[in-house]
Amino acid sequence: MTLQGQIALVTGASRGIGQAIALELGKQGATVIGTATSDKGAQTISEYLAVAGVSGTGMALNVNDAAQIDLVLDTLRKQFGEVTILVNNAGITKDNLLARMSEEEWDEVLATNLKSVFRLSRAVLRAMMKARAGRIINISSVVGSSGNPGQTNYSASKAGMVGFSKSLAQEIGSRNITVNCVAPGFIDTDMTQALGDEQRAKLVEHVPLKRLGTPEDIAATVAFLAGPGAAYITGTTVHVNGGMYME
Amino acid sequence: MSNNEQRVRKIVAEQLGVNESEIKNESSFVNDLGADSLDTVELVMALEEEFGVEIPDEDAEKITTVQQALDYVNAHSK
Repeated sequence: MTLQGQIALVTGASRGIGQAIALELGKQGATVIGTATSDKGAQTISEYLAVAGVSGTGMALNVNDAAQIDLVLDTLRKQFGEVTILVNNAGITKDNLLARMSEEEWDEVLATNLKSVFRLSRAVLRAMMKARAGRIINISSVVGSSGNPGQTNYSASKAGMVGFSKSLAQEIGSRNITVNCVAPGFIDTDMTQALGDEQRAKLVEHVPLKRLGTPEDIAATVAFLAGPGAAYITGTTVHVNGGMYME
Repeated sequence: MSNNEQRVRKIVAEQLGVNESEIKNESSFVNDLGADSLDTVELVMALEEEFGVEIPDEDAEKITTVQQALDYVNAHSK
């Protein structure tokens, strides 16, 4: 129970990697606030947290809505206290070849995946600076490093998180706040289910560990970065990809 | 020394980790009291909290000395 007394905010927590992260942080003793875009998603989060015996709640949050971010933080501050661990996990894909990509496809992905990181990090920063402690963990992606055809928008947003994290880590290191990224490879979630069996099988061929990753593989790394064992790690990206891309 | 002056000096001492006796009204946060850019941001945040005011960025940039901070809160705090 290394995260006892911590307050973790995990965006995009209704399913997949975000859900696994919320549950793992909860298992380590943190109070967990998970967000989802819909009320139904928030309800799902509240339910699985309760089933797992984790203290915390689900909340509806559209990360593209600055006013809503303020409102959610205000509410959770009153109910639970200041956020000490922020996990920016919410993300979407709108894949298309660049030759066919619309402005909307580009803007939506960049806003949801990258601008939200700026907004949420800024929103929790003041309290973390005051506390002289805090962990910000951004869920990037292997394609931010490797690239992937059809994902210029997604890979740009994920690589952007890495640069953001390095800069912020330098800005606030003196306040004992760490900022890191976790870059998942191909993980077995709804997002990769969309690829179809044939494409998935082909992908696994290129993974030295010969399987897709699980959300739990990512959650374990996030919990490590959130915990006391990672106190001296900042500005880095931990690749969790079964060896499919090595830096 | 006015009440506001005491409160400002206390905040400056706390935020910048200096002894109150070292703080003069003409002291510059950066040049005399060793503040870096993040310290000055935190100092403004602390003043906002203590005096219940919102200090816009364009005003915050002009607050570089203890006296300027005091003048600001005297003019703006309720």
